[in-house]
Amino acid sequence: MVYLTRRAEFSASHYYHNPELTPEENRRLFGKCNNPHGHGHNYTLEVTVRGPVDARSGFVMDLAELKEVLNREVLDAMDHRFLNQEVPEFRDRIPTTENLAIVIWQRLKPKLRVAELHRVRVYETPDLFVDYYGEP
Amino acid sequence: MKAHLTRRYRFSASHRLHSATMSEAENRRVYGKCNNPYGHGHNYALEVTVGGQVDARTGMVCNLVELDEFVSHEVLERFGHENLNCLEAFQHVVPTTENLCMEIHRLLERGFRAATLEKVRLEETMMNSFEYYGPRAAEGVASRE
Repeated sequence: MVYLTRRAEFSASHYYHNPELTPEENRRLFGKCNNPHGHGHNYTLEVTVRGPVDARSGFVMDLAELKEVLNREVLDAMDHRFLNQEVPEFRDRIPTTENLAIVIWQRLKPKLRVAELHRVRVYETPDLFVDYYGEP
Repeated sequence: MKAHLTRRYRFSASHRLHSATMSEAENRRVYGKCNNPYGHGHNYALEVTVGGQVDARTGMVCNLVELDEFVSHEVLERFGHENLNCLEAFQHVVPTTENLCMEIHRLLERGFRAATLEKVRLEETMMNSFEYYGPRAAEGVASRE
């Protein structure tokens, strides 16, 4: 079993707001991240897949195919977007780094056939990242 | 759904590696330059990983402000710009980065309740780093690989 990690970068804006809470509670809970006009980050995404190395190609999976899936499922949908407004999953889910990792996992998982998705890591800044392994 | 959040912090401190259980010659042989009696310093980088269910109300494993305050109080204020050898914790323990990593794990685990502490990773320099998963973690289990 070999693990392959591909890195990608995207920039997006978001804000944190739970409509079930009062404006005061939202401000208290989310602080500056509650600004409804949004703020942005340069995200770094690391996607790790695992599988046996194919004897003929020497690959866990074709990197071109992985790039194509990442571009289509993640970067086209999220790069230079306002996550709250433009990514359907975040209409009823707060676009925290935790939820971003989960949503990216859910988008990639059904599209990866050759190798198994192992980990999605999302860096919001170089000092903060979240790992999701598909755990319930 | 369970996620794992890692936060990175920095602090600078000095230390001297010297064991009272060894002779002077042995200390010099084992610790080399790090045995210099005047001590020396590092810019440490600390990574704290906590895990837990993502709260549906907040979308978070834990409130980052709470984590930052706890780590600041328990670790950064305690060790930042200190000589580690002068601190209570290192009176009978050599302040290697291994031991510092374990001490930081102990300090965080005894008081942080907002999420489960999974790992402490400490970089002494860009070239070497140490990870500790706690006294109960069987070797390799928490690394997932």
